[in-house]
Amino acid sequence: MQKIRIVHYINQFFAQIGGEEMAHVPPQWREGPVGPGLALAAAFGQTAEIVGTVICGDSYFNEHTSEALPEILDMIKAAGADLLIAGPAFNAGRYGVACGTVAKAAQDELGIKAITGMYVENPGADMFAQDVYIISTRNSAAGMRDAVKKLAPLAQKLVSGEPIGASSEEGYLPRGIRVNLFEKDRGAKRAVEMLVRKLRGQDFTTEYPMPDFDRVAPQPAVKNISRAKVALVTSGGIVPFGNPDRIESSNASRYGRYDLENIMDLTEGKWATAHGGYDPSYANRDADRVLPVDVMREMEIEGKIGSLFRYTYSTVGNGTAVKSSKAFADEFVKELIKENVQAVILTST
Amino acid sequence: MVKEIERAGIPVVHICTVTPISLTVGANRIVPAVAIPHPLGNPALTMAEEKALRRKIILTALKALSTDITEQTVFDVE
Repeated sequence: MQKIRIVHYINQFFAQIGGEEMAHVPPQWREGPVGPGLALAAAFGQTAEIVGTVICGDSYFNEHTSEALPEILDMIKAAGADLLIAGPAFNAGRYGVACGTVAKAAQDELGIKAITGMYVENPGADMFAQDVYIISTRNSAAGMRDAVKKLAPLAQKLVSGEPIGASSEEGYLPRGIRVNLFEKDRGAKRAVEMLVRKLRGQDFTTEYPMPDFDRVAPQPAVKNISRAKVALVTSGGIVPFGNPDRIESSNASRYGRYDLENIMDLTEGKWATAHGGYDPSYANRDADRVLPVDVMREMEIEGKIGSLFRYTYSTVGNGTAVKSSKAFADEFVKELIKENVQAVILTST
Repeated sequence: MVKEIERAGIPVVHICTVTPISLTVGANRIVPAVAIPHPLGNPALTMAEEKALRRKIILTALKALSTDITEQTVFDVE
């Protein structure tokens, strides 16, 4: 049998080009496997070969998708790939979106098989799980071995056209596709067993999960913004210099509440970012680039808003659990309501 | 956080660079930003030009907050 020709897509970090300071690098081609590609190549053994690796900076991809994507597809096509493997991206949000976008485009536009891997809370998972096989991984690169173990066999099945089992068997994120099958026991028996387990407080797996539509209807417009009290909130990690609340640079477990009274401008050396998921040099030089206090003060003086609320709330949105960010907002929104704040501007990096 | 603020009854506008993520997460009023490490700035410009750019984004955000919508809407900065 001919070896499967694989092209592997990874970001600047896994290519060991650099961290956030190199996230702006445009797509480039390397012959053979790079970084995590070595572990993948080992898992495939003699059945497949990683002919080359496409590397692209996460910020570059997300900020210039319309230029980066065709360039990447050209590289994959030129290599004569049968299969595109992207990532795995674990819980890196921009990387996950890039992996999903490249994998879907490889399938749709080049007609080749594609697969990627991510943590279930990666925004790329929600965006692409229906279109692309996404191996379910842990939330950090510590889960690489585990991810590779599931990725290689599923990739092989995809290329060979073997039937693919259910998401729970193969280890990919559910795609929302139902398949007819014969169960050993009839429905009534399964239902009663499930009910008994539930009544006993034991674990059970539903056969029909309810869709999770967590949508909030838009609030009506602010009637008169020029009289409204407006609050600033950010997930960009802007904090007083020295990070007094010790907000973690990733997977934050807390947020800060900071007093903006008499502050007209966030200046270097007084304010900085605690965020570990983007190059901090621009925000550290001028934090208004993330939390625009200077312009909000101008708006206040010019009467374009009523006032800027005295406090700002800030956390680090970098692999931070959905549950944590929900809890943060649940808590501080109570103060916003009590203080009659009528609108919020929330900035993200 | 955007959703919890809106759920509590306060209209909120999300200024962010990767708008597809914001749409997936479920923000209703969205204003696209400049770049991931400097959403409301651009170090390639002079301070004055940068501030003018930031003003334009904020004015768009205020317009978004003042606009009634029935579905998720991206308000492009003019």
